[in-house]
Amino acid sequence: MKPFDYIRADSPDQASDHAAQGGVFIAGGTNLLDLMKLEVMTPDALIDINRLDLNQIDETDDGGLRIGALVSNSDLANDTRVRRHWPVLSRALLAGASGQLRNKATTGGNLLQRTRCLYFYDRAMACNKREPGSGCAARDGFNRSLAVLGTSEHCIATHPSDMAVAMRALGAEVETLTREGETRRLTLDQLYRLPGDRPDIETVLAPGELITAVVLPAPVEGRQTYRKVRDRASYAFALVSVAGIVEMQDGRIARADLAFGGLAPKPWRDADVEAALQGEAPSDALFKKAADVLLRDAQGFGENDFKLPLARRTLVSVLEELTEARR
Amino acid sequence: MTEPFQMDHPATDRRLDDMAQGLVGAPLDRPDGPLKVTGTATYANEWQVEGMVHGVMVRAPGNSGRVVLSNTAEVARMPGVLSVVQDDRMLRNPAQGGANEAPVQGPHHAAYFGQLVAVVVAESFEQARHAAQSLKVTLDDAEQVAVTPEGAAVERQTDKTLDQGDLDRAMDEAAHSVDVVYTTPSHSSSPMEPHASIASWEGEDLTLRGSYQMLKFNRNELADSLGIHPDRVRILSPYVGGGFGSKLGLAPEAVAAAVAAKAVGRPVSVALHRQQVYEATMRRSETRQRLRLAADAEGRLIGFGHEARVSNLPGETFAEPVLQASHFLYAGANRKMSLDLARVHRLCAGSVRAPGEAVGVTVVENAMDELAHAAGLDPVELRLRNIPPTDPESGKEYSSRRFREALESGAEIFGWSDRPGVKERREGDWLIGYGMASAARVNVLKESEARVTLLSDGTARVETDMTDIGTGTYAILGQIAGDMLGLPRDSVEVVLGDTNLPSGSGSGGSWGASSSGSAVYLACAAIRQQIAQRLDVDEHDLLLKDAQATFNNRTETLADILQGHEIAKLGHVKPGDTSDAVRQATFGAYFAEVGVNAVTGETRVRRMHGTFAAGRILNAKTARSQCLGGMTFGIGMALMEEVAFDPRDGHVVNHNLAEYHIPVNADVPQLTVELLEERDDWASPVQAKGIGELGICGAGAAITNAIFNATGVRVRDYPATLDKLIAELP
Repeated sequence: MKPFDYIRADSPDQASDHAAQGGVFIAGGTNLLDLMKLEVMTPDALIDINRLDLNQIDETDDGGLRIGALVSNSDLANDTRVRRHWPVLSRALLAGASGQLRNKATTGGNLLQRTRCLYFYDRAMACNKREPGSGCAARDGFNRSLAVLGTSEHCIATHPSDMAVAMRALGAEVETLTREGETRRLTLDQLYRLPGDRPDIETVLAPGELITAVVLPAPVEGRQTYRKVRDRASYAFALVSVAGIVEMQDGRIARADLAFGGLAPKPWRDADVEAALQGEAPSDALFKKAADVLLRDAQGFGENDFKLPLARRTLVSVLEELTEARR
Repeated sequence: MTEPFQMDHPATDRRLDDMAQGLVGAPLDRPDGPLKVTGTATYANEWQVEGMVHGVMVRAPGNSGRVVLSNTAEVARMPGVLSVVQDDRMLRNPAQGGANEAPVQGPHHAAYFGQLVAVVVAESFEQARHAAQSLKVTLDDAEQVAVTPEGAAVERQTDKTLDQGDLDRAMDEAAHSVDVVYTTPSHSSSPMEPHASIASWEGEDLTLRGSYQMLKFNRNELADSLGIHPDRVRILSPYVGGGFGSKLGLAPEAVAAAVAAKAVGRPVSVALHRQQVYEATMRRSETRQRLRLAADAEGRLIGFGHEARVSNLPGETFAEPVLQASHFLYAGANRKMSLDLARVHRLCAGSVRAPGEAVGVTVVENAMDELAHAAGLDPVELRLRNIPPTDPESGKEYSSRRFREALESGAEIFGWSDRPGVKERREGDWLIGYGMASAARVNVLKESEARVTLLSDGTARVETDMTDIGTGTYAILGQIAGDMLGLPRDSVEVVLGDTNLPSGSGSGGSWGASSSGSAVYLACAAIRQQIAQRLDVDEHDLLLKDAQATFNNRTETLADILQGHEIAKLGHVKPGDTSDAVRQATFGAYFAEVGVNAVTGETRVRRMHGTFAAGRILNAKTARSQCLGGMTFGIGMALMEEVAFDPRDGHVVNHNLAEYHIPVNADVPQLTVELLEERDDWASPVQAKGIGELGICGAGAAITNAIFNATGVRVRDYPATLDKLIAELP
């Protein structure tokens, strides 16, 4: 671990200022500290934001929730309002990590956790995300857990979060404080950028920009579920996950909000998939067509080829469950 | 002092059955348990030795070539850094279990990716780690070397080759046969406690606080590595946070700590990072196993073929002994076995959790399941029909073998008769299947010494350099001494893990309890003899219980009898003719129910049972715990465990506990264990055999056989991850 300065922020403005000068925010530290020990990340300063007043969950005027960036994953998963009205979020949180990690991990930190690509964590390996321009050792290596959508020739890493997948399906927005003292709102789609030729730049956040909250829109009608497929029953990252909210009207799909984990560098949502389902009567053929749309540009890299059929099967099954069209 | 007791004849006197204290066999708690769960058992890296500084090791970033450290002077000037040490005596790889001498040494040439080639010493751990990460290591003159067994040179292990009868003909003539190839991946021991050593010198005398399983060998390995006399080396290892084979032989951090401590003139602590444990300790070799089974119309084996390929580093003789139980488990007059060793530049292969049988019996049991299916026989029935009357190769009798009872009782307890047909049972998305497998493991007795002292106050102390790696040594040695000397368990102090004490067997190969337990038993028997002499009674007429002696219709306290004196005796057991006169092994059977998700191919074990017979059970709780642990690792082997190597350079990709998957609680359902009572007079003076590893020796096959029963899919490439199933699911 490279020696670093430690600064405890007393206000969001102060935190933002320090971070803009090369510091990195630390909240739960469940990912950052590991990366610092491995010297994959070597910040000059840690800006401790844990004393900031960002750990409330408040109801918004339009019936949604404003979740402070420091609310722990455990507290958020167990919030009775979340469990009642946004159960997909609660399930996704509880599908992630372990109890100990969820107690420590925060809402904002979860969104900004780094990929679990093992080549990123090993400094002897070429990695464009860790060291731009060095290459990607994962692409032709052991890539079983890596992405099949949204990749570039420079990076095939996945985003590891479960929570973010549910939030993406729910249409959540992050609220940030910029260094200039302005508040801005970003959808998760806007927050995350695809790797392209700069996989080291993962979000559109500017230097010093602090996530202060995640805002959930008002609850929607319909059934919700989070299906996570993994190699062991707990404490394993998703091979494929699907967050789904489907509202039925008169035997037809009125709306289907679907987001995917384990497939892409960011929590994945594809408007064309949802458009293919909207207004249609549920059927096996329809669900398979939706899967075709989802995977139309998917590309495996050998070890992870199985994610294509797995994503297809999982999506079809989730749609069967949510439309009550079980065989 | 007593003469060594050599196991040349069956120990038929079974004195432990005569004792009145009632400790042996009882499910007593481990006395070290409360210490461990309250953090008061001091593990190797937790000692605070005065003046201690910290060393962090540095890896080779490739699999061959000359190691070049290009900025040592710069690193040596970093804050807190005391020295950058690269010494010819440092180990290329760990010693194999029981090596008793230095393994291959030398940090100047890389033989595998991740080899530990230097140690950076600094005042604080954090300074040492940062400096180690700043050290630039490159490899000159790197070559193209084989990193996968498929492309490597192969050496036939001629001493492991067997050709009895004519297997090819038996296969031709068989009414039912299978000819299948299975592969199993490398496994890592993954003990919770990483390998760690603290070395301190006083003049030319070295004390090493380490985490090791077999101290008398480790002392010699360390002395030989350093080029000093073993008398100058003391190793302390009172608590070991799991070993699973990876701490049998001396590992690189111990020599690094010793040479670094000498270099800086201060005690040095070196703990391996988790990544280094995965990269530079021991792996179980991956295996490729071809099984040929030939049976007559009634399902009786007429041929048994088991041909395997394993791998290891150049220069290492260890070859994963996958054939070990194939020699004696099943009948079949025509037999063919062979073992090939491929030379690959991956980390060293050695003993990991039941070397040989863990993967060997597992694959045999898969093949037997395939044969049962081909012959239309119940898998239990197929096995019952093929229990050989005597060893099918040597004709020797078995010492004790409750194999049939284990199969029958296990099936009864599990409810095997309710087994569905293949692809017959479904609950929602879950395809339900039952599977079973036999368990078998060779039994070994190892030379072992222990000193028992009956103190004048009527308490006792047991002393040996034997280790407790979480298995229950502290418990059982106290139980044996307590029973023999008539003392409550709390009146016996057990002192372990110090090479200044009499040399025990060490913990490995399941032999620890029976071997070191026999040494304690023999020491206590000698003490009983002396008490009897003092009281002028026949030792058999001496009843010891609750620190009192009853003899000739009188009762006296031991304290009164001792009159201020103490009695110390050394017990010393050695293996003898009984090892060869009969076939000694342990047996059992596993039964598992799994659910396979028809959509995703995820497998979840719903319940699992094991019935085992392993001679006298010394502590029903610790023995059961060993079996539970073995079955848990069987779940891991079946479903998830795999060291992933990069196919280009052979580096370990999944080198942490988040990515190297072993089962978590949610993967392990209710497990039940039945232990069959047995006395094996041939095995040891205490009639016990080894049970530590039996629980994994075939366990994975019960699960993969259940997957077949549920889905009709045979996954012949372990582990049975979902990607290998979904293509064939509806």
